[in-house]
Amino acid sequence: MSRDVPLFGRFSGLVRAARPVALVTVLDGERTGSTMLVVPDGDPEGTLGHPELDRVVARDAVGELEAGRTGVRRYGPRGQVTPEDLRDEPTIRVFIDSFAPPPQMWIFGAVDFTAALARAAKLLGYRVIVCDAREVFATARRFPMADEVLVSWPGPVFAERGAALGARDAVCILTHDPKFDVPAIAGALDTQVGYIGVMGSRRTHATRLERLAEAGIDDPAALARLMAPIGLDIGARTPEETAVSICGEIIARRTGRGAPSLRDGDGPIHRP
Amino acid sequence: MRDLLDDLDRWRAAGKRVALARVVDIEGSGPRDPGAAMAVNEDGEVVGSVSGGCVEGAVVGEALEVLRDGAARLARFGYSDDEAFAVGLTCGGTIHLLIEPLDW
Repeated sequence: MSRDVPLFGRFSGLVRAARPVALVTVLDGERTGSTMLVVPDGDPEGTLGHPELDRVVARDAVGELEAGRTGVRRYGPRGQVTPEDLRDEPTIRVFIDSFAPPPQMWIFGAVDFTAALARAAKLLGYRVIVCDAREVFATARRFPMADEVLVSWPGPVFAERGAALGARDAVCILTHDPKFDVPAIAGALDTQVGYIGVMGSRRTHATRLERLAEAGIDDPAALARLMAPIGLDIGARTPEETAVSICGEIIARRTGRGAPSLRDGDGPIHRP
Repeated sequence: MRDLLDDLDRWRAAGKRVALARVVDIEGSGPRDPGAAMAVNEDGEVVGSVSGGCVEGAVVGEALEVLRDGAARLARFGYSDDEAFAVGLTCGGTIHLLIEPLDW
């Protein structure tokens, strides 16, 4: 990074380029307001006032950045962190402001629910990728809100980019066509993605589980990752309501709140 | 702060002095998480927010003060703090803000 540009300019450029960056600021003492810029794969820039403090805080900031967490941590003036080292030392609070790239949502199936889900996901700040093997349906014209529209089978997409999926990301499989669902589920289960939702009735899902077993996917721990039928049990009917139910489930799974998922109930999804 | 970048870059390009306020910590119930940011320029223009609208007015005053004396500071806004601050959060929590001159 160029030294001619002020720290803020480099920070702004990194955020705009969707590159992960943490802004670290001292909150106590004479150095209040001292700022350091931390990236996962390079040297930090700026200083908090002591090289050892800089080193320890930069190490922690990379971890916080990976987790997408923003908050305050406490250190000794020379970066001490253990209770023994901190005895008789004043502690310095340091604010780590994480700017992780936006989480991703991959939506498989270019169906009528896809556009509504893609719109809801954009509202929540996701980078949205829509994928379908049928080129008549998978067009940017039909999904102008998506960041990318791919004409592909699921296998190659997961092979190429699956490693980038993590706990904050979501895969939503809306096709309810076993030809497409089975490879999409197989691909998603091979990643670290935090949420996998699959659309279809309970009966469709029972049949799907048989197809998955035929494809050798029958590990109960793996299958327990699937949210199927997809979404919260809020009586959603339209594509837009269903999109809200899916996004609500993603939030509730992340926060560990007990909102009622359709998967965990029984009976018909749509009741009179 | 992501949403503020366009305005911040524009203000800085125009040579305006800018103060940045960020939520660094919350106690109890707070309307915005740590990282929520607002910025105030020397003309008193404001972008962003740090609460649900409860304390923004007071933050503008603090931010202009920061621009006057150039020193970063911490500020606390809370429901029970009626002596120190005239404004509070309706949700009953306390927010801690870092308000600094954007001079880096």
